[in-house]
Amino acid sequence: MKRNLILRVLAKILIPTLLLFALYVQMHGDFGPGGGFQAGVIAAAGIVLYSLIFGLQETQKAVPPLLVEIGVPLGVLIYAGVGVVTWILGGNFLEYGVLDSHDSAHGQHLGVMLVEMGVLVTVFSTMIAIFYTFVGRGR
Amino acid sequence: MINFILLIFLAAVTLGIVGLRNLFAIVVLSGGYSFVMATLLIVMDAVDVGMTEAAVGAGVSTVLLLSALHLTSTETGPSKHSNLLPLALVILIGAALIYGTWDLPMYGDPETPVHRHVGPYYLENSVRQTTIPNVVTSVLASYRGYDTLGETAVIFTAGIGVMMLLRGRRKKSDAGGAGQGD
Repeated sequence: MKRNLILRVLAKILIPTLLLFALYVQMHGDFGPGGGFQAGVIAAAGIVLYSLIFGLQETQKAVPPLLVEIGVPLGVLIYAGVGVVTWILGGNFLEYGVLDSHDSAHGQHLGVMLVEMGVLVTVFSTMIAIFYTFVGRGR
Repeated sequence: MINFILLIFLAAVTLGIVGLRNLFAIVVLSGGYSFVMATLLIVMDAVDVGMTEAAVGAGVSTVLLLSALHLTSTETGPSKHSNLLPLALVILIGAALIYGTWDLPMYGDPETPVHRHVGPYYLENSVRQTTIPNVVTSVLASYRGYDTLGETAVIFTAGIGVMMLLRGRRKKSDAGGAGQGD
């Protein structure tokens, strides 16, 4: 794909924007539309676009398959781990209020942010893992 | 009005997909279908679902289908069976679905059970209890945190399922495949 200058230049503008937008959707999910699911799939779409234009090998250098495979269960672990931490702190499973001993509303905020992070990790990794598996078959 | 135009687009794309035998064109058209669907969802104020539809439906799954096409032929073979039974089945199910919509509440009706059960409680207490002004997020991640944990586990299961099903055979030919790839 060395010759597709227009595609490459466009992709170089689009991909960082996509990744940045994914981060915005993730971090701003408390105030605007979006959250872990949306951010994960948008970021994954950015990486898939990258691999369409620059090739699978370049992509696997940037996002190693091993990292992706770790990410698939890691997100669920982060999510469930928050639940276990709230247990240890004396609350119910996923009762985020206990994360902040002074202000339960802030604890809720922190808990929501952490579990959204878990959702992001699992959704993003699963999308990329499925993509790698599909594309890997054809070679 | 814009809903109407988008629905006509949707119907046109669907009819196009039905008429085609070239799988490549069908994949591209289903990507277009997803984009129209995403626009429709955004018009209906479901921005979260719209974003997901655009990224997954039009983006990632189009690429996945294309990479699946790479492994097979791009034309569907002539059908070996009569089309009458599938057609009758589709008409029957379609009629049942349309019959089902008669019982649905009007779009945006504030008097539906959905809006009168726990909805008002979430709207009133979200900011006070969680400091999160976006009620969708606070319901999704906090009030209904168990459900979202389940959803994440479903995605996790789908991921390892695909990896286990499709990866198994590649491992055997990995020694030869890696050499060819380089």
